[in-house]
Amino acid sequence: MPDLTTRAQTGPPGALIARPGTVTRGRARGAGPLRLDGPAKLTGVAKYTDDLVFPGAWFGTTIRSTDAHATFTALDLDPAFDWSKVIVVTAADIPGDNIVSSIKADQPILVPIGGEILHHAEPLALLAAADRATLRAARRATNVRTRKLPAIFDPLASDHVFASYEFGTGDLDGAFARADLVLEGEYRVGHQEQLYIENNAMIANPGDDGGVTVTGSLQCPYYVHGALKRGLALDSAQARVIQAETGGGFGGKEEYPSMIALHAALLARKAQRPVRMIYDRHEDLSATTKRHPAIVRHRTGVARDGRLVAQEIEIVMDGGAYCTLTPVVLSRGALHAAGPYRCPNVRVRARATRTNTPPNGAFRGFGAPQVQFATETHLNRIAEMLDLSPLEIRRRNVYRIGDSTPTGQVLSESVAGEEVLERAAEAGEYERLRARHGSARRTRDGSGTVPSSPLRTGRDRIASGVGLALAWHGAGFTGSGEVKLASVVSLELTAEGVIRILTAATEMGQGTKTIFPQLVAEALAVPIESVELAAQDTAVVPNSGPTVASRTAMVVGGLLIQAAQQLRNDVETATGGSFASTYRDFARANGALRIDQRFEPYPGVRFDDDTYRGDAYPAFGWAACVAQVDVDLDTGEVHVRDVVAADDVGRVIHPVLAEGQVEGGTLQAIGYATIEEIKLRDGRYLNDRLATYIIPTALDAPRITTILVEAPFSGVPHGAKGVGELPMNVGAPAVIAAIADATGAWITDLPASPERILAALSGVTAIAPLPPGASEPAP
Amino acid sequence: MTTYRFTVNAAHVEVEVPGMRRLLDVLREDLALTGTKEGCGEGECGACTVLLDGLAVDACLVPVCQVDGSAVATVEGLATRSAGDAGPVGPVGPGRASSPGRASGTGGLGGLGGLGGLGGLDGLQVAFLETGGAQCGICTPGMLMAAHAYLDAGGGPDHDAIREAIAGNLCRCTGYTKIIEAIALAATRRARSIS
Amino acid sequence: MNGSLEPEAISPRHLDEAYAALADPATRPIAGGTDMMVALAGEFAEPPPRVVNLWRLDALRGITIDGGAVSLGALTTFTQIRQSALCREHLPVLVEAAAAIGAAQIQNRGTLGGNIVNASPAGDTLPVLLALDASFVCGSSFGERTIPAESFWIDYRRTALADHELLLAIRIPLAAGRETRFRKVGTRRAQSISKVVLALSYRDAGPAEPWTAVRLALGSVAATPIRARQTEAALEGRPPTPETADKAAETLAAELDPIDDVRSTTEYRRIVAARVLHRLIREAGGW
Repeated sequence: MPDLTTRAQTGPPGALIARPGTVTRGRARGAGPLRLDGPAKLTGVAKYTDDLVFPGAWFGTTIRSTDAHATFTALDLDPAFDWSKVIVVTAADIPGDNIVSSIKADQPILVPIGGEILHHAEPLALLAAADRATLRAARRATNVRTRKLPAIFDPLASDHVFASYEFGTGDLDGAFARADLVLEGEYRVGHQEQLYIENNAMIANPGDDGGVTVTGSLQCPYYVHGALKRGLALDSAQARVIQAETGGGFGGKEEYPSMIALHAALLARKAQRPVRMIYDRHEDLSATTKRHPAIVRHRTGVARDGRLVAQEIEIVMDGGAYCTLTPVVLSRGALHAAGPYRCPNVRVRARATRTNTPPNGAFRGFGAPQVQFATETHLNRIAEMLDLSPLEIRRRNVYRIGDSTPTGQVLSESVAGEEVLERAAEAGEYERLRARHGSARRTRDGSGTVPSSPLRTGRDRIASGVGLALAWHGAGFTGSGEVKLASVVSLELTAEGVIRILTAATEMGQGTKTIFPQLVAEALAVPIESVELAAQDTAVVPNSGPTVASRTAMVVGGLLIQAAQQLRNDVETATGGSFASTYRDFARANGALRIDQRFEPYPGVRFDDDTYRGDAYPAFGWAACVAQVDVDLDTGEVHVRDVVAADDVGRVIHPVLAEGQVEGGTLQAIGYATIEEIKLRDGRYLNDRLATYIIPTALDAPRITTILVEAPFSGVPHGAKGVGELPMNVGAPAVIAAIADATGAWITDLPASPERILAALSGVTAIAPLPPGASEPAP
Repeated sequence: MTTYRFTVNAAHVEVEVPGMRRLLDVLREDLALTGTKEGCGEGECGACTVLLDGLAVDACLVPVCQVDGSAVATVEGLATRSAGDAGPVGPVGPGRASSPGRASGTGGLGGLGGLGGLGGLDGLQVAFLETGGAQCGICTPGMLMAAHAYLDAGGGPDHDAIREAIAGNLCRCTGYTKIIEAIALAATRRARSIS
Repeated sequence: MNGSLEPEAISPRHLDEAYAALADPATRPIAGGTDMMVALAGEFAEPPPRVVNLWRLDALRGITIDGGAVSLGALTTFTQIRQSALCREHLPVLVEAAAAIGAAQIQNRGTLGGNIVNASPAGDTLPVLLALDASFVCGSSFGERTIPAESFWIDYRRTALADHELLLAIRIPLAAGRETRFRKVGTRRAQSISKVVLALSYRDAGPAEPWTAVRLALGSVAATPIRARQTEAALEGRPPTPETADKAAETLAAELDPIDDVRSTTEYRRIVAARVLHRLIREAGGW
């Protein structure tokens, strides 16, 4: 910290930044302060939504569809039940638009009677009662009647397109004609659940003014605020949203909380008392958004030396039944689809379609992990055909300063693909291990299965492998998103001499509540204890945008530093002394001073949303991963033993927190690669409990070594580019490459479950389940 | 309704509830000890881990009739009262039915700023804080209790043994890396202070 | 309209009281709770009007050796099995199975008796009990009887135990020269439910000598834990050679008709069972 503080004292905004494009080696200085929300979380004092007590609160529940596609014909309430003890809400009770506010106005808060049910677990009606037993009895006294309609589960077969993009550069046909080798491949990935350990939870409290206050587990207070205003026909003051302590989000609490808040608020207003809408795990898994399944096809031309000459990429994402954030997820996917590689001739075609499955939405990586799994695996297969090392083919193609991307963006600074690649490969001893596994594989004929029978394996039970992956990740919002958002942060010096940060950026474990005071304290050269953070309460804080897209440290943190520099300048100009020694006196004499800092477009960054030309992102973060696995050749079980992750985050603000993001993201990616799977039957998720939706335990987790690389971005005063999503992009392709290194088999569907691996090793395709995201028919 | 008597963090408690009420609900709702969390309700995630007569158990799977006469330890009992805002050590019940509500779960950093208030944290909590073992914090109370059971049984800093000890506690934030480091650190310090 | 979400419980200290309570067929027993509490929370089962808490029945605890058999009280937890010197010495395969169940929290509460009576086809100890010729001592106010493991699980989650009966103890005969093996193939490395679980026992006069008294039992491949009798016959009297292994693996693959479910596929279970058996024979044969 001293280092940053000194620099902040001596220069104007931007002075912290090394020469553009310079990669700073090594780790940040110091360990950072102990996380400020740590003691409350470690003592059990921190209050998550379900810990909050609201006297007289009732319990709410959601009546959901058990059909994938149907007409909602009637809601029968058993006349034998005493309904006077229960509040029932249907679509007819919605005072505003029956729409969950999002990109498109397509998703109802509740399907109206006579309306169309588009997916299993879709909300149809709401109940509330004073106690759980009455609520359960009421639920059982409710009968939903429907008339089934034909359902579509295959995104390739759906003609309802939520979004599509096509862009590229160069002359594809000519390039393919000149290529020495052309390889085609198809890659499929399935649903993934965010699996925050705290389930979704909201408590609504009706106000005297007809308004409502909702307290809950959420990432984006102003998304929920907007949804309440629209659905309940409230003005900005009548709708109030407060974030409770939030037990993980990962994108899963980005858009879906709007739905739950609306439900809780509708019940609370009708009941005229607080209503608790606390999902249990089964409901959370059944109903809330997942990572989009995707089918990605690559056709790639290369020169004999491994240089990419042509990439033709087609992406189809399964949006589920409603649009949610799908157009933006698809956009990010398309923009990352060619990978962090120089290629003069590229064409990307992407579309997302509607199926009768629960809507998919935001999840760490936001479309990029799906497509980069395909890019990386495809590149490894090309390397194999050319007899080139996967490391070498990346060296020959990775973006360097001055290269341009398929949208024509010239990468003029902050490019660290080569750096992360080399550092991960070196620390992971990639080439040495690859050579060793290669010779072991040749002695055992790769698969380990004796050719004449799938029931026999060879002498070796365990095969080891090492895999490498490289990726880029656009920092912050795509294209003109940040400009349209026009976020505001405030920094206040109160009349009492308290320095107070006001943003809507939420803490969900990643460390917002620690790094914001840290950044402001550094910029003001005061102790961190002098800085307070206002609650994430829409009645108190300005709209600094959603807590998504790894934008918090970079964008909101950058605005806070600018605000602090302004505050410091104002005070020091007035007092003639240092801020630290004069601000209390200044406040006493002059009263409160508040700096509202609004986002200004990054200089020189332009993107055309219509043509997909220009700077898709102000900067990119870069990530590489080397994974070591053991594959059990008898069973196809994979143990990921060791991972080295090298991530360029621009500038490390807090090493412990940054490493924590890399480690957590790496394990989430390994889960995605190996065991996290959702099977569907007739549009219903079958893995709808924690006993069936499996995430890695401590025994499944590898030893993770994190290398933080700093290639700062000059558009923000601290140079930070964000870290949360980066590691999610590389874990899966690295593990898949390691499985191939161990066994010789390329698994092109995620997860690479033991079933899929054994099908590949034994040649018995019937071992594998349906492709990822596919829905089996009802029996 | 039956009256059950047991101790929570060494304080005697008496509850009159149906025998099949989950210990988790008795703690959270009847005794207002909300430090113990619910993550799945089916013994998969370990967020509700407490110690029952010294053994780690999932409080969602233990009916209160099986707690009668036993000793329960929860996260609230780890830090001493001098930890400033560490809150109630023993139960303060009754819970939701009549406790005053709080509309906001988040406030200023006030009492948490700096390190001045850490004196009351126990060694394991301090180790978690130092290494970064807590992120979103929802698995943390259960993780701490599972780790305590491990350390109390003489567990050492060996990472593989620690992994096995916390294999029943799911964490989605940390990749477990810093949790394992924290437990190993606490084990090492414990061994040093004993020797 | 339905039973309370939270039934009342009685907690007898003596078997007679428990038997008396179970005379009412609506009253159900609970041991460690690791299955029943999940069923209640998930609403897989209607809450019974009343529950008999067995946890205080100290008569159902303890691990002893007598008359050529190890006897385990039905309330013996998996942790107690793992920690028992008797089990480690005489029943290492049961210790291995106990360690494969859940994680610490489940092992501290889950009981061997509960695993048996819950009768899940995926119960990890059940193939071990079949392979070890275990028998179950059951009691009621009408007296006690002993049911062999192989006739205990009669259908999917149904047992030979009457509603008014309790499982009291598990007896596992000791056999000189018995070799045992256990393998669980689960969904992950801890806290996992089996895709295939396999237990093998046999006697031999030394490595590479013919096997006798072969027992091969599997879980998660049928509605109940099963013995694979055709495969046992293919192994009986034969040494662990490559030919024996090939024949046994083929026989087992043909003999099994596993289910396809959310955890795995029919063919995975069939082929993995065969490959795991092949591996165990290979390891025994040392080739």
